[in-house]
Amino acid sequence: MSQKTQISDVDRSLYDFRFDEDERDRLSSGISPDIITEISDEKNDPEWMREFRLRCLDIYENTEMVKWGAPIDGLDVSKIVTYIRPKSRMNTDWDSVPESVKETFERLGIPQAERESLAGVGAQYDSELVYHNVRSEAAKSGVVYTDLESAMHDERYAGIIRTHFMKLVPPTDHKFAALHGAVWSGGSFVYVPENVHLEIPLQSYFRLNAKGAGQFEHTLIILEENSSLHFIEGCSAPKYYEAGLHAGCVELYVGKGAKLRYSTIENWSKNMYNLNTKRALVEEGGSVEWVSGSFGSHVSYLYPMSILNGRGARAEFTGITFAGEGQDLDTGAKIVHNAPETSSYINTKSISKSGGASTFRSSVVINKNAAGSKSSVNCESLMLDNISRSDTIPAIDIKTDKCDVGHEAKIGRISDEAIFYLTSRGLSEEEARAMIVRGFADNVSKELPLEYAVEMNNLIGLEMRGSAG
Amino acid sequence: MSELLRIEDLCVSAEDKELLHGVSLTVGSGETHVLMGHNGAGKSTLGCTIMGSPEYKITSGRILFDGEDITHETADKRAKRGIFLSFQNPVEIPGVTLSEFLRNALEQLTGKRTKLWEFKKQLGAAMEALDMDKSYADRELNVGFSGGEKKKAEILQLLILKPKLAILDETDSGLDVDAVKTVSKGIDEYRKSTGGTLLIITHNAAILEALSVEKTHILSDGRNARDGDGQLAFDVLKNGFTEVLP
Repeated sequence: MSQKTQISDVDRSLYDFRFDEDERDRLSSGISPDIITEISDEKNDPEWMREFRLRCLDIYENTEMVKWGAPIDGLDVSKIVTYIRPKSRMNTDWDSVPESVKETFERLGIPQAERESLAGVGAQYDSELVYHNVRSEAAKSGVVYTDLESAMHDERYAGIIRTHFMKLVPPTDHKFAALHGAVWSGGSFVYVPENVHLEIPLQSYFRLNAKGAGQFEHTLIILEENSSLHFIEGCSAPKYYEAGLHAGCVELYVGKGAKLRYSTIENWSKNMYNLNTKRALVEEGGSVEWVSGSFGSHVSYLYPMSILNGRGARAEFTGITFAGEGQDLDTGAKIVHNAPETSSYINTKSISKSGGASTFRSSVVINKNAAGSKSSVNCESLMLDNISRSDTIPAIDIKTDKCDVGHEAKIGRISDEAIFYLTSRGLSEEEARAMIVRGFADNVSKELPLEYAVEMNNLIGLEMRGSAG
Repeated sequence: MSELLRIEDLCVSAEDKELLHGVSLTVGSGETHVLMGHNGAGKSTLGCTIMGSPEYKITSGRILFDGEDITHETADKRAKRGIFLSFQNPVEIPGVTLSEFLRNALEQLTGKRTKLWEFKKQLGAAMEALDMDKSYADRELNVGFSGGEKKKAEILQLLILKPKLAILDETDSGLDVDAVKTVSKGIDEYRKSTGGTLLIITHNAAILEALSVEKTHILSDGRNARDGDGQLAFDVLKNGFTEVLP
C-alpha cells in the first residue's frame, strides 16, 4: 500500500452553490458602533438589546485574540460583512418563500424533511429566518419554537429572553463571544413547558450564502422541569473565495429532571472559520446529550460545554470530527461537575487524512461540591495516511477525592489486513476504506435521525473518494 | 473437465524473502483439491497470493483463472471473477454489521442492487444451515466472535457470495467436533448449490471425509513436493508427511 492518499479535489457541487445577492442589502464590511446601531435599527431591537450590543462591541475591542488552538490569522474580521438582510421577510407558509431560496432548500432536502413529519423547520438563509413553521403538534403541547428576534418583541417571551440571553455564555467569555453579542442575527428560540415531552425532533438548517458573510445566529433553548426535547441543527455553507466566519452561540437551559438531546452535523465549506460556542446548564436530575459531527470548515474551535449544576445531573457527548486537506479542526467537550453525584461521558472519534489536522481537546472539572461524581472520557483517532495529524489534549481537574474518573485514548490506522480482507470480497480499495471509516463513525451515525445518518455516510463517501493508495 | 485455475512456476516473496520458489498446480472446474504441507511450507502464502494479497509479491510465474492471466490483478477484481478465500484469521471490522457488509459485497460482486427483503431471506436460510444464531447478522463483523464463530461466518460468506473457486485456509482448525460438522455441512451445501471448485488447506481428516477429493498437492519449503490423488491426503493424515514424501 502506498502511504499517500490523493484527495485534494472533492466534488462538493452539492454543497458549493450560491445565488446572487442584492448588494443594496449588504451593510459595509467590518464593525463599528455605527454598524451595530444600524443592525439594531434594522431589527428594531428593544432598548436593552441596543445597549447590550454596544457593550459587547466594547468588550470585543478590548479582548485579546484567542490563541490556544489552531491558527486563525487568515481571518480578517474587518472584511466580513456581519449582517446581510435577506430578500424576504419571515414566512410561515412555503408558498411565499422566494423561488431562489426555495431552490437552495430543495437541494438541501428541507421540504422533504418537513414532509417526513419533522416538527418544525426554522431554516436560516443568510442571516434571517425566511421560512418558519411549527407543526401544530408541537404548538398544541405548548412548545414555543420561533426565531429569537420576533420572540424578543413578544411580551410573553421578552422577559425570559432578557434573563437568559448570553447569561450562560457571557460576552466576556472570549473575543468571539463578544463579537457574537454585538452582531448576532437570526437563530432559534425554543421553550418547552413543564412535563411536556416532544416526541418528534425540532430541526433547523443553517446556511450561509453571501460571499464574505459571517453568520452569528443565536440559539436559546429553555426546558422546564421534567420536559424533554430533541433539537437538530444542521449546518452547511457554499464555497467561495474569501474566508467566511461562523461565530454562532448556543445556550441550553435544562431544568430539573428535563432531558435535552442536541444533535449537529456541520459541513461548512472549507474556507470557513467555525468559532462556535455552545453551552448547557443542567439542573438536578436533568440530562443533556450532545451528538456532534464536524466535517467542514478550514478551522474549527468547537467544545460544547455542560455545567452539571444539580445533584444527579448528567451529560453525554458523542462526537466525530473528519479533517481533510487544509483543515485544522480543534474539537472536543468541556464538562463542569458542580453538584454531587453528577456524571459525564465523552466519547469521540476523529479522522484525519490528506494532511488534515484533528485535535481532540477535553476538559473535565470536578469541583469540591461534586462528591460521588463520575466521568469517563474516551477518544479514538484514525489517521488515514502519514501526512495527517491527530492530537489528543485531555485535561482533568479534580478537586474532590470522592469521584471516579476514567480516560482512554487510542490512535490507529487502517490495517493492510483489513483492506485485503474487504477487497477479497469484491470491494474496491476505496470502498473498503470508506466502509472502515463509516464503521469507525458508527457510534455517531447511529445516534442521528436516519436522514442525517444517511447524509453523514454520504459525506464520508465523498471525503473518501479517491482515497485508494 | 475444463481448467479453472492454473498456477505456473510461481515465485513469491514477502519483505524481500522468497517464500515460494516456483510452485505449479492446476485445478479443474468443479473439482476438490487439498493443499497440504508442514507449517511454513507455503500453503497460506499460496492461498493469499491466489487471492491477490498485496503483502505477497509475485516475482515470476503466472496465475491463470478461467484462461485469463490475473497475475497482476487486485484482490477485488479477482473476487469479481469468482475467487474467494476463507481466511485463517478473519479481520474484525468495528461498526460494520455482518449483514450490511455481506449485502455490500454481494452487490459489488454481482453489480446489481439486492433487495433487502430477498437478501434477508437468503441470509437467514444460510445462517440456519450453519446453526448460526440470527443475531449474528446484526453484530459487528467478526468483532468479539469466538474462533469458531469467525470460521462459521467465513463459510456463511461463501454460501452467500457463491464464488467459482473457494480457497479454504484451515477453516476447520481450532473447531470442536460439532463445529467441524457444521462447517463441513456448509461446504457440502456450497458444492451442491453451485457446483463450485474447492482448494482446501487442512490438517484435519474430518472435513475431507464428507467430500470427494480429486487431487492432493503437498508443498515443502515453498516447492511442490508431491502431487497425488485424493487418497494421498488421507495417507498423509494417517502416516505423516515423512512416510509419503520421497
